[in-house]
Amino acid sequence: MGILDKHVVLEKNATLLLVGSLLVVTVGGIVEIAPLFYLENTIEDVEGMRPYSPLELEGRNIYVREGCYVCHSQMIRPMRDEVERYGHYSLAAESQYDHPFQWGSKRTGPDLARVGGRYSDEWHVDHLADPQSVVPESVMPKYAFLLDKLIEPKYIQDVMKTNRIVGVPYTDEQIANAEADWLSQADPDGDNSDVDALQARYPKAQARNFDGKPGVSEMDALIAYMQMLGTLVDFSTFTPDASR
Amino acid sequence: MSKKPVEKKEPETTGHEWDGIQEFNNPLPRWWVWVFYLTIVWGIWYTIAYPAWPMIKGATAGYLGFSTRAEVADEIDRFKGMNSELEAQLASADLTALEQGSDLHNYAIQSGRATFATWCSQCHGSGAAGNVGYPNLLDNDWLWGGALEDIQTTVAHGIRSEDDDDTRYSEMPAFGDDYLSDEEIAQVVAYAMSLSPETKDAADMSLVADGAVVFADNCSSCHMEDGTGDRSQGAPNLTDAIWLFGDDKDTITSIVSEGPYGVMPAWSGKLTDSQINAVSAYVHQLGGGE
Repeated sequence: MGILDKHVVLEKNATLLLVGSLLVVTVGGIVEIAPLFYLENTIEDVEGMRPYSPLELEGRNIYVREGCYVCHSQMIRPMRDEVERYGHYSLAAESQYDHPFQWGSKRTGPDLARVGGRYSDEWHVDHLADPQSVVPESVMPKYAFLLDKLIEPKYIQDVMKTNRIVGVPYTDEQIANAEADWLSQADPDGDNSDVDALQARYPKAQARNFDGKPGVSEMDALIAYMQMLGTLVDFSTFTPDASR
Repeated sequence: MSKKPVEKKEPETTGHEWDGIQEFNNPLPRWWVWVFYLTIVWGIWYTIAYPAWPMIKGATAGYLGFSTRAEVADEIDRFKGMNSELEAQLASADLTALEQGSDLHNYAIQSGRATFATWCSQCHGSGAAGNVGYPNLLDNDWLWGGALEDIQTTVAHGIRSEDDDDTRYSEMPAFGDDYLSDEEIAQVVAYAMSLSPETKDAADMSLVADGAVVFADNCSSCHMEDGTGDRSQGAPNLTDAIWLFGDDKDTITSIVSEGPYGVMPAWSGKLTDSQINAVSAYVHQLGGGE
């Protein structure tokens, strides 16, 4: 029995075959996955990235709840046609605070990784409430109910703490001021609003009444989230490291 | 029985038997075995040629020096290079002096069409016919001016855009907030409706005379005494048949009470100068350009 016939032993012992397969798959897993945890260049350090502000985080949860990722990706691939249509290709660092990430793989609608600032708030309200009113050929469902669902920052601290457990570096100060920041961003002219403090904690946070209606609705939170997507990194000063 | 029977070689069996059924142990086909060995060789070559093995500080770079980022940068440069001459001319071109039918003009229109489809069609419609609240760009009714330079300024700096200090700005007050009573609003709505051929028949004529007074006191500084509007303030012409937000009484009443605040993003940071010029030239030649 030559060495090439040794496999007969494996093939005749189901348990041994199982153990052998597991070993082989483990090698593949270790080589492919383990380095991502220790290699420095897995996620490059990019200036401008910060965790989501409380209101943006709330909007992100609504985005996830409504399953937006089923039709919209948030991942601009490094290809010329994508870059021309959507803007600079996505960097790993840009989703480093996403739990779970929203890269997606299905584009019934366009990619949203850099949708921030591309449309006016009014457009987002019109479009979310009735997509066909602005894009007649769209197959997107209507989300007008978001306007009617008024929300309060009751659980936002818990959401931030949960994010901290999985690695988002929220500071104690950010968590302590979560409700105040949430309100300041949705209603900058409110009695207790302090937009400067908000922007000190979350640079580039945009504070305004996003849906143009009184009260803070789910629409406000969702638009706050969409309007910041892809806007944190300043690509005029970003030099890509070719080795990545 | 003189002939020896042909000796038939029995194929080897695996040696086990179930209910009289035995399993052959034929060798795998030669071609299959060789393809299998070839994939192993190719796999080794692949990890040498391309970035592959994780090391302590990073992965091996690969003999071919391939990088996705370098590839996409090259690709973008290659396409930029193809049009670089026209792009450079277009970026600094005096749009009003573009000669009809010239290469540069054709290029501006075609690349403007692509730019429009990517960045503008979501509000203004894929055919530029606009939507409720988002102006039609095919007609000759312009809020901020329809000359080439006006369109160019609007595209570059936007309208009421928070990101651009040079943005076009004006704000119609929400007349429902303490400025006018409901009665006065009803009067001025009737008067505004009487100005337009589209809505004249639906206007409540009994209120028009009072409405004219309210209009003269509150609206004429922007919409002008005759209601023809003022482009320097983006105040629409009320005497034409075009109503941006709708021509029924309820819509016009809510516009007067709440004050419209249409926003267009400023594109100067997002699009290149040549793209802005191209899309301005494209919009200008759609039908309403002045």
